[in-house]
Amino acid sequence: MVSRAPPPGCDAHCSRCGAALHTRKPASLARTWAFLLAAAILYVPANILPIMDTSSLFGTERNTILSGVAFLWTSGSWVLATLVFFASIVVPLAKMLSLTLLAASVQMRAAWHPRTRTRLYRVIEFAGRWSMLDIYVVTILVALVQISTLASIRAGPGAAAFGAVVVLTMFAAASFDPRLIWDTQGEES
Amino acid sequence: MPPGGEAHCTRCGAQLYRWARADANERALALALAAAILFCVANVFPILGLEVQGVKDSTTLLHAVRSLWNDEAYTVAALVFVTTILVPAAELVGIIWVLVALRLGERGRGTVPMLHFIESVKPWGMVEVFVLGVLVSLVKLTHVATIEPGVALFSFAALMLLIAATAAEFDADAAWAQLAARW
Repeated sequence: MVSRAPPPGCDAHCSRCGAALHTRKPASLARTWAFLLAAAILYVPANILPIMDTSSLFGTERNTILSGVAFLWTSGSWVLATLVFFASIVVPLAKMLSLTLLAASVQMRAAWHPRTRTRLYRVIEFAGRWSMLDIYVVTILVALVQISTLASIRAGPGAAAFGAVVVLTMFAAASFDPRLIWDTQGEES
Repeated sequence: MPPGGEAHCTRCGAQLYRWARADANERALALALAAAILFCVANVFPILGLEVQGVKDSTTLLHAVRSLWNDEAYTVAALVFVTTILVPAAELVGIIWVLVALRLGERGRGTVPMLHFIESVKPWGMVEVFVLGVLVSLVKLTHVATIEPGVALFSFAALMLLIAATAAEFDADAAWAQLAARW
């Protein structure tokens, strides 16, 4: 559907559903930077603090995200270890770095490879959700190994921080407007 | 547009339109109803059962959320509740609402906000990630205990497929056009 551009100073609304229309998402870059910064700060406790405490007769074991991957690897589940490594470590890091790159390139009005940058944005938007994997693993383990006599597992403070990182990077990706990547294209020629 | 065709932006390659069957929304309604039934099954029955030295325990999804909450892991509990229970339920109810309203031929005052709502909550439903998470915890626990996959694990796996199929069939363009024709 095509809408006529409104006169200056007026808000545009979709003629079919009434939603507010913007030529670009409002305050897109500022919001993306804000969410990214918050995510980057929380990324530190998310990786340092334990996401899970396992206590048994033999004492308490504190598991971070990285030690969870290491456990899967040493116990021989290489496929799963690789999977969790990608979902919990590669995806959040790659997502934050890529969004920083995208936001910085738009900020500097860079004109290089708009199509590739747009594709990068789409991949980020799609892949971000898979980082929630570890949160669900903790959920199931906490629920199952709770009142059993041998051991009990509790969620650690790292889990909340990690969940917040995932949510914040999803917000960051949603506030970024990929159309901004293309705004420099008319200027060169 | 030819059957099975897609229209892409010539500049950035984004998908603009996708060919849809004439009865796409009929199929979407059938799939969404099936998904709604499975959703109930998946939430009532245990996901995994565990046995250590004769002591048996099992957990449903709601029980898992409650034990996180009792553990004072409020953020995580809320996150899990929203992404695996609240959003998938709201999305299914929303789609069924819209499609039934369109079938009944009502002008449906709530239909427009509901279509917006379905679109906006979509990224926050994460049943497929949850299913993978259950499988990972299953493997982790097999080292220390006897694990039995529960009815809900299979229901969640099927639910994941049905939600994806519903989303693939659901033709929002047709729904909007049908709504606009009544104004």
